[in-house]
Amino acid sequence: MPLAVELEGVAFGYRPGQRVLEDVSLGIGEGEFVAIAGPNGGGKTTLVRLVLGLERPMQGSALLFDEPAHRSSRRHALGYLAQRSELGADAPTTVREVVSAGRLAAGGLLGPLRKRDRALVSEAIARVGLAEVADRPLRTLSGGMQQRAFIAKALAAEPSLLVLDEPTTGVDAESQESLAGLLDRLHSDLGVTILYVSHEFGAVEGFVQRLVLVRRTIVFDGPPGDLPGVWHDPSHVHARE
Amino acid sequence: MLESEFMRLALAAGAVVGILAPAVGFFLVQRRQSLIGDGIGHVAFAGVAAGLLLDVAPVLTALVAAVVGGVAIEVLRSRGGTAADQALALVFYTGIALGVVLVSAAGALDVGLYQYLFGSILTVTRGDVALVAILGAVGLATVGLLYRAFAGISIDEEGARVAGVPIGALNIALAALAAVTVALSMRVVGILLVAALMVLPVSAAALVAWSMRSTFVLSLAIGLGSALAGLTISYYADAPPGGTIVLVAAGTYVVALAGRVIRGR
Repeated sequence: MPLAVELEGVAFGYRPGQRVLEDVSLGIGEGEFVAIAGPNGGGKTTLVRLVLGLERPMQGSALLFDEPAHRSSRRHALGYLAQRSELGADAPTTVREVVSAGRLAAGGLLGPLRKRDRALVSEAIARVGLAEVADRPLRTLSGGMQQRAFIAKALAAEPSLLVLDEPTTGVDAESQESLAGLLDRLHSDLGVTILYVSHEFGAVEGFVQRLVLVRRTIVFDGPPGDLPGVWHDPSHVHARE
Repeated sequence: MLESEFMRLALAAGAVVGILAPAVGFFLVQRRQSLIGDGIGHVAFAGVAAGLLLDVAPVLTALVAAVVGGVAIEVLRSRGGTAADQALALVFYTGIALGVVLVSAAGALDVGLYQYLFGSILTVTRGDVALVAILGAVGLATVGLLYRAFAGISIDEEGARVAGVPIGALNIALAALAAVTVALSMRVVGILLVAALMVLPVSAAALVAWSMRSTFVLSLAIGLGSALAGLTISYYADAPPGGTIVLVAAGTYVVALAGRVIRGR
């Protein structure tokens, strides 16, 4: 299986002498649905930033579709939902306008969106079930619906890799389950590689093929069913160390 | 009023600036950089002073200083590890201090400065209006071309960065556009009030609009309306045009806010 993501012997810290991640080796095949879990402060978001090329390893290598992540030629095909995704703009911004921003890299920077881009935006909105509120300001919608709008924005880029960093933060339990179901459908229908990063993986445990537990290094990598019972609460990774 | 050529010229220049200032200011407000216009204005003051000292057209030196200052603010903000407000403060105060020293050296620390600080739209010439129209058209065309890119990075900068959108280049383009707008608006509302015309119409529009695009279009309409209404009022009331234009824009904000409060009840 060709690899979407390949980390080999990666070490990283934000300051000299600091090690947020150490000796991390991880391969994620194209089309896989993988959850990356671990306690807060365990290095999950840093790992994501390395995968996305926003940081460069101090040691080892981070490859994205076989190219160094920080200068990957396929960046336009990355769908990214940042931790606590929220609207940057102050003006009332509709769901359609938010999702249209997802076509910026792939659709070109200049001039208005082309017909195909507009069709992809509408398709992404429909896929996450927001067609009826497409022209409503995002801030008038619930947290779960806003999260779906940002997922639609990521989908509008026709991503080969969809990365979600703590997508359930601030979202109620019902919306978390609904989000997990949506991601499972997207994975089945589109075959997109999904990297789901969260300190709580319970919502997606039934859907993901692999679970990777991170606490500075990878402490578990396998099917969720193989996870030792004591680790079902990822905070137990602390106890083990 | 329209039989006077100076008013026809003033209205033409005011119309261009009334549209361009909120068109550029719209994206500064969305990116929470509302005060950048003010910072650039202070650097433009140093440019005016340099022009007076060197006996070069102050508008041209102000344009150069504003572009350099605008780009410097952006570079300091994004690469220097300097917080946005500190970068602004650094450029802000250096600009005004340099301006005062240069103006003093030029022996021009007198009422002649007033026209640059608060505008002197009633003294614009046909040549001034032509310059404002040409640079204004170029500025508006650039905004039109880059509207989607500026809107996209305002909505989700981190997502755009991950997707490989050249955020740094777009931020510098926006800073340069803001600098051109400040230099062009100098004769209309003055260095000290230009930021108001970039921000107030946008803030007023956001109170009543229903989408990003409608906010943009409404802010242009409010900017244009404020410029034309302000000039008309200043003509009949014999009031300073720059200040009157900004007061009309501020009044529009208050009306929009009141409308929103009443609607919300």
